[in-house]
Amino acid sequence: MALDLETREQLLETVRRFVTERLRPLEAQVSERDEVPEDVLAEMREMGLYGISIPAEYGGLDLNMEEECLLIFEMGHTSPAFRSAFGTNVGIGSQGLVMFGTPEQKARWLPGIASGELITSFALTEAEAGSDSGSVQTRAERVGDEYVINGAKRYITNADKADLFTVMARTDPDKKGGSGVSAFVVERSRVGVTVGKPERKMGQQGAKICEVYFDNVRVPAFNRIGDEGQGFKVAMQVLDRGRLHISAMCVGVAERLIDDSVAYATERKQFGQPIFGFQLIQGMLADMKTECLAARALALETARKRDAGQGISLEAAASKYFASEMVGRVADKAVQIFGGAGYVSDHGIERFYRDVRIFRIYEGTSQIQQVVIARELQRQGVK
Amino acid sequence: MKVLVPVKRVIDSNVKARVKPDQSGVDLANVKMAMNPFCEIAVEEAVRLKEKGIVSEIVVVSIGPAQAQETIRTALAMGGDRGLLVQSDVDLEPLAVAKVLKAVADEEQPGLILMGKQAIDGDNNAVGQMLSALLGWPQATFASKIEISGSSAKVTREVDGGLQTLDVALPAVITADLRLNEPRYASLPNIMKAKKKDLAVKAVGDYGVDIAPRLTVLKVAEPPKRAGGIKVETADDMVAKLKTEAGVL
Repeated sequence: MALDLETREQLLETVRRFVTERLRPLEAQVSERDEVPEDVLAEMREMGLYGISIPAEYGGLDLNMEEECLLIFEMGHTSPAFRSAFGTNVGIGSQGLVMFGTPEQKARWLPGIASGELITSFALTEAEAGSDSGSVQTRAERVGDEYVINGAKRYITNADKADLFTVMARTDPDKKGGSGVSAFVVERSRVGVTVGKPERKMGQQGAKICEVYFDNVRVPAFNRIGDEGQGFKVAMQVLDRGRLHISAMCVGVAERLIDDSVAYATERKQFGQPIFGFQLIQGMLADMKTECLAARALALETARKRDAGQGISLEAAASKYFASEMVGRVADKAVQIFGGAGYVSDHGIERFYRDVRIFRIYEGTSQIQQVVIARELQRQGVK
Repeated sequence: MKVLVPVKRVIDSNVKARVKPDQSGVDLANVKMAMNPFCEIAVEEAVRLKEKGIVSEIVVVSIGPAQAQETIRTALAMGGDRGLLVQSDVDLEPLAVAKVLKAVADEEQPGLILMGKQAIDGDNNAVGQMLSALLGWPQATFASKIEISGSSAKVTREVDGGLQTLDVALPAVITADLRLNEPRYASLPNIMKAKKKDLAVKAVGDYGVDIAPRLTVLKVAEPPKRAGGIKVETADDMVAKLKTEAGVL
């Protein structure tokens, strides 16, 4: 149920303050040490950020999608690594259970996910299965009341800390494509699960991605989410929702970069005046703001549509596509406005420039979003 | 033990205050407001005392406009149990505030009143002291540490010369200084629960106290802009200037 406006504003104000007072001063440190400090993670758990999307009966906040987007706009005003720490619990790591789990499965795992005691990851991507998510090769073979899982996943966000993985594995080797794939909850503690060393990457230091290996991992049939062969459907619905969350993050970061750019352009003087006075700078700022507002409006409109129970596959793809490309352009212009100061590390602008690059890639590349949009248009047909 | 925590809604400490063109006060139109930081420290201390099992109930009271309910809700989200707004659409002077709070204390009979040492808008630093006098209770102001045992409180105070430790018999008025604690961020679930907590609204008039103003504000002005500094070439130049121009040597 939607919050009343006063409570919603208090919630957002608290997150806003936390971001401004607590997280922003730590940005450079998190980036340098490639780690979000444990006391900050503890504070985020205490605040309830890990459980914003989990139903209230399992200890979560049960925010609707519009409220989640508003909250994530605020989180976007600081380094994306902070959001990433709880992002998988809110989104791709938990939503399979929220949407398709049995009451018993939910009761077992969701309270821990909501409190942040359990960290979850979403394990879909493999060496040969990225954008082509139907070509998963990880195998889950039914043996009695158990499944035996074998395979390797890569680029798995938060795998270094994960206690649970939502794993997409092929249960029917005779069926090609998505229809032979099922979804499982696999606990890290099970024999045969190993997590590789965190990858070195371009941006978002402090957020980790790793390979995850499953070597004859036995899980009870209880751990299967949905029916056999439903895995692809689970993944797609989880990703639809995730795309909105990522859109909101892109908007938040763009807002931050615009604020920083306005502040810098007001202060920085050239030719005897603040560079804000130059129309070529004004043009860049106006374009940044306009695009950002458009992305914000699209994300909120789509979120409200989802909250109203309507299908949003096309709109969510369009939102993620536009917002992630938008923040790329905004970050590029921010570097340009900062000039030399944007290229050196002190102002953090180059860091954001690197951080936002992944938004056009994960949870569906821009090209996959285009395909989804076009396919939906075709499916809807001529009106 | 019941604790009464008065809180004030003030201009947000991160906002740059602007003076009204007619110099009658600070312009508050469309300005972000928040709980006075010292009040927030008092609320935090009350919540910590409750977590230690020393306090059983935290009553949060604010005197101010209808929007001060938001400030009370914030305190309830941090851990307060119930709230009371004494609505007043005019800004009351410290003595009037102290009188209303005395009336509230007479009704509530708390074992302790824990409040900020001053509000960052008027910087009067007066209500706590006046309230203790009106109630005839001991006071311990500028607290940086509070230890409660039985019917008394040991309070460490930040004074000019260092730290002073007082023992006050309860009930007492204790005002919080900056270093008493670092207030928590209310958790999101508690913000939602705060909505369901009791928040009574009364009018200043209900207490029948004399709130007539005793002070007249002549004018409010921006502090003078600092003149730019100068650079001196040598240490000798500096010493000379400190002697002749600054007159401090």
